[in-house]
Amino acid sequence: MQLIECPWCGPRDEIEFRYGGQAGIAYPGDPAAASDEEWAEYVFMRDNPRGWFHERWFHVHGCRTWFSIRRHTVTHEIERTPGSPGARDAGDPR
Amino acid sequence: MRRESGGRIDRSRVLRFTFDGRELTGHPGDTLASALLACGVRIVGRSVDLGRPRGIFTAGVEEPNALVRVGDEPMVAATAVELREGMRAWSLRGKGRLDPAAAAGDARHDKAYLHCDVLVVGGGPAGLAAALAAGETGARVVLLDGGPEFGGDLLSCRTLLDGAPAEEWISSVTARLAAFPEVRLLPRTTAIGYHDHNYVVAVEERDANRAAGDEGGQGGGGGGGTLGGRRLWHFRAGQIVLATGAHERSVAFPGNDRPGVMLASAARTYVNRYGVLPGRRAVVFTCTDSGHEAARDLAAAGVEIAEIVDPRRDGAVVTGTLADGEGILTGVVIGGREVACDLLAVSGGWNPAVHLFSQSRGRLRFDDALQAFVPEVSAQAERSAGACRGEYGAAAAVADGFAAGARAAEAAGLPARWQDGTTGPGGNGGGDPLRVPECDEPAQRSPAALWAVPAGDDGDRESFVDLQRDVTVADLGRAAGTGMRSVEHVKRYTTAGTGADQGKTSGAVTVGVVAGLLGASPGQVGTTTFRPPYTPVAFGVLAGRDRGRLSDPVRITAMHDRHVARGAFFENVGQWKRARHYPADGESMERAVERERRAARTGVAAMDASTLGKIEVRGRDAGEFLDRIYTNVFSSLPVGSCRYGLMCGADGMVLDDGVTTRLAGDRYLMTTTTGNAATVLDWLEEWHQTEWPHLEVSFTSVTDHWAVVAVVGPGARPVAETLVPGVDFDDFPFMTYRESAPARVFRISFSGELAYEINVPWWYGAALWEAALELGAVPYGTETMHVLRAEKGFAIVGQETDGTVTPQDLGMSWIVSGRKPDFVGKRSHSRPDTAGPGRKRLVGLVPARLPEAGVPATPDEPPGSGTPGAPEAAGEPGESGAAGDGEGTPTEGVLTEGVLTEGVLTEGVLTEGAQIVAAPGDRRMLGHLTSAYPGVALAMVRDAEAGDRLVAFDGREIPVTVVDPVFHDPGNTRRDGIPDAVRPLPAAADPEVTQWWRPERAVSPLAGFAERFAAAGTAGVTIREIPFLRMREVRGEAPKEGLRLGPGWWLTVEDPQTGAGAPAVDDGVDVSAQRAVVELAGPRVRDVLMTGCPIDLHPAVFEVGAHTQTLLARAQIVLHRAGPDVYRVLVRSSFAGYLAEWLLDALEGL
Repeated sequence: MQLIECPWCGPRDEIEFRYGGQAGIAYPGDPAAASDEEWAEYVFMRDNPRGWFHERWFHVHGCRTWFSIRRHTVTHEIERTPGSPGARDAGDPR
Repeated sequence: MRRESGGRIDRSRVLRFTFDGRELTGHPGDTLASALLACGVRIVGRSVDLGRPRGIFTAGVEEPNALVRVGDEPMVAATAVELREGMRAWSLRGKGRLDPAAAAGDARHDKAYLHCDVLVVGGGPAGLAAALAAGETGARVVLLDGGPEFGGDLLSCRTLLDGAPAEEWISSVTARLAAFPEVRLLPRTTAIGYHDHNYVVAVEERDANRAAGDEGGQGGGGGGGTLGGRRLWHFRAGQIVLATGAHERSVAFPGNDRPGVMLASAARTYVNRYGVLPGRRAVVFTCTDSGHEAARDLAAAGVEIAEIVDPRRDGAVVTGTLADGEGILTGVVIGGREVACDLLAVSGGWNPAVHLFSQSRGRLRFDDALQAFVPEVSAQAERSAGACRGEYGAAAAVADGFAAGARAAEAAGLPARWQDGTTGPGGNGGGDPLRVPECDEPAQRSPAALWAVPAGDDGDRESFVDLQRDVTVADLGRAAGTGMRSVEHVKRYTTAGTGADQGKTSGAVTVGVVAGLLGASPGQVGTTTFRPPYTPVAFGVLAGRDRGRLSDPVRITAMHDRHVARGAFFENVGQWKRARHYPADGESMERAVERERRAARTGVAAMDASTLGKIEVRGRDAGEFLDRIYTNVFSSLPVGSCRYGLMCGADGMVLDDGVTTRLAGDRYLMTTTTGNAATVLDWLEEWHQTEWPHLEVSFTSVTDHWAVVAVVGPGARPVAETLVPGVDFDDFPFMTYRESAPARVFRISFSGELAYEINVPWWYGAALWEAALELGAVPYGTETMHVLRAEKGFAIVGQETDGTVTPQDLGMSWIVSGRKPDFVGKRSHSRPDTAGPGRKRLVGLVPARLPEAGVPATPDEPPGSGTPGAPEAAGEPGESGAAGDGEGTPTEGVLTEGVLTEGVLTEGVLTEGAQIVAAPGDRRMLGHLTSAYPGVALAMVRDAEAGDRLVAFDGREIPVTVVDPVFHDPGNTRRDGIPDAVRPLPAAADPEVTQWWRPERAVSPLAGFAERFAAAGTAGVTIREIPFLRMREVRGEAPKEGLRLGPGWWLTVEDPQTGAGAPAVDDGVDVSAQRAVVELAGPRVRDVLMTGCPIDLHPAVFEVGAHTQTLLARAQIVLHRAGPDVYRVLVRSSFAGYLAEWLLDALEGL
């Protein structure tokens, strides 16, 4: 049972969260201009590293905040950084 | 046999027990094993594969031989079970068996969650010292030990500390620990798993601990000879001190498995702790100094020591054993010389108990001096102390424990109060200093590096490495001979270490022998992976109270009790119980559905539609946001109008659908499918927070606030008019909504008929439902709803769709806006694979013949024009119980507590899931059947045009014809009603019933629990519902009154005493009936909450006034500490019944 640090609620058990996959995948600014390959890259392709991974979590049973953390996929170590709302990492093209 | 005196047993009391039917006696303080030894029982079981007789080998959880059945527990170690009055135990023969017919044990197991600064695992000298050093700082400390008493190995030896028996030191330390308010002592509690982020799971023999507490004595618990209730603890610790001690290991030599061969430490424990002589004449075969101490203690107890064999002295080893006709030890062979004895005490060395350390992903190294694996690098906030890291001896363990405990407390953020391991200022008001006692133990020399006595091929076959799995040195040799080099492979090939003891006594021997075979060092071979659980755990303990009706939350609507009273059959939709049909007088489902359907098509019917997800979408940019989420346009929707919408994933596939209504310029009410309500809310928040945070919009779930009755049918209007008299029904067009507080009425239809969906706060749901029925509406359930919608060709997300279906595939291109520059999923609709040909599309199918019908339907007569699904077309439905009458005969479903759990109850219809192929015998699948009802079937099929003849294969090959999926009223002529069908309302309708809005008819979600709540109250905890509180969810950063649920998210709640703090009506979203409020009060509330709430509830952490959203049992809650001992639990109304049952059950177990 991992302990995930919610930027709002503080550390909580993993079962209070939903996993949100890789962080930093921004919605393309102009989807219509994307080629089929670029669009498929956005929709389907994600990194799957053995090691540190920048990923999103959603505090679904708590304050319902999306945020991102860096977590090691082997040791489950979580980098201690000030929590940031997911918006900052996910990127906003506008 | 029992010694005259000595041991930590109470000879003044006799406990009677049986073993294999023999009536035997022991004393409080005995384990089952010590009592068996005292009674002269030498053989306690037969080995699994070879059937060899085996005796008690250890005195702890590492036992490989003495596995017995106790009461209804099929397999437990007799060495770790406290003897109790009336205990019934049996030896095991061969492989254990679970008896599926056996009743579940009646022991009550539960769970608990606890946070602490320092968790100390193991209550021997190191653990006691660590807990004391940490406790002195004021840290929150939990000390666990598997045994009934703290002290660990000190209880088994005759060591003097400061010149006095060790128990005096133990007593003084435990007394000091008990006096610390923040220290919790948990005897009889075994840590079984060390998981991520310092999460430790442990099993407490809770009934036994409670009985011991009540009686001030030992043992107890679990009547009728069972083991009693256990508690599964979940600890989240800032720092962990592992003081798990060490296990002695054996040596492999021929005949080392006979009853009478025992670990030296176990023999020592039996004479010292339990006052039992495990033999009269002993040979001690030891590679360690501790074996000599065991010999000394055995001799002191009156055991004749025939010989001590120590390979370090003269290279002497035991080369064999002698046995009597039963296989019991009568002597040993020492290099060809026979020595008579009835006890062979063996010490091959010590293995630090690194199980938990390894589970925490710590790295081990092999220590040549200790001949053992010891912790090297920690992976978590943990440190090992004492024997579990090779620090042997009481004084060393205490010093190590002091250091570890103090450093752990310091690392946990508490001020250090201890300096150098020998003296300290004491803490907590000037207690005694932390002083390491003087100890009379001699220093320990390195053990001999002996894993197996060379014995030749024949001898190797009798030299046992793993007693439980009957694995011998010869077996390991065979594994190495096949070329295996990894000890993990050897383990799997030979099964060494895979028994219930998980190789606690055998693992290191396996490694040592394999290393010898490979010419490597044990350090190079390494260990196998240590996995939880450390000791076996019964499934019932893992389940705890989450059994039966509490195994998963059941969500119910405000009308649920009314449906039950009416004899409804229910189906599970997610966690919801939805009424499936309402059989009248033993009707079959087919007949009930046809009757309900007829009412909806020709008269008036009513359905409980409360389970649909409802989300209020608010804010300046709400319309813009919805335009981005839905495939169609919502920003242009006029206020007061409703529009059906589809939403897609970024992959372009249909995610959900529903009707969204514009309540005001900046307010929409979105509905979702029942099963997707939570997913959709998550989806909206994800896009808002992570992609479009600049849009001013918020989302509030109001699913549970509103109870919904759909009044459906050509005769719906007079019923609806009576139910909501404040609405002008003359001016109420299709796809609009009207409000007449407290009701909202939506003119939308999921059946094609005239329909009004009346929304009222949960409190009035049951009254509204009864009123609709009083006015003549026929109740119908989800099965009829499905028939009605399928006849209209309405797809259901999750039934017609499966995550691979686009709106275009559903024939719904009309709902996909071409004008909007973008919406989620739009770009994917032009990908080659979604835009190209050959995709499966939604079609209708009609069978060319129905095997059961007798009257073949003709494919040339599409039923869209006739009377679809009329029973005469499908033949007369069979009676129930017709199962198995032959091919094509419908299955009678399996009903469990009124819920259809498997099978279908349909007659004369195609089968959902049937494969569609082009022609009989064809194997290329064109699609599959997604919905099938009498006369109506929908399917997703590729390359199909109306009129095509295909085959549906469900085991039978049924010719089908492709038709338009809209079977009923394709011109939508019925949605405004049919004046001729309107009938007068029942003259006898009782206004007391029809006027559902009267205040006295309001019912709070837990009204039905009031009596049980009152009866369950104790001096420790009282429980009550606080009904009808006004609540609103308000958004915005400005400080507001009320509970802060999240960033910019507030719940304002009226004060139950004064009514103060009542939220302003024009502020936020009314959610008064969304949640039920349960108040728990009393000094023991935390003891209730800790059994299901994972957050830190320490009163200094979760302070008065604190509130948060978290989990309790399996329900999401808002927890609010309203006073020092007053906690309010706000739970969604649909979960309230589940949580109330759970809380009442928790109170019972206090």
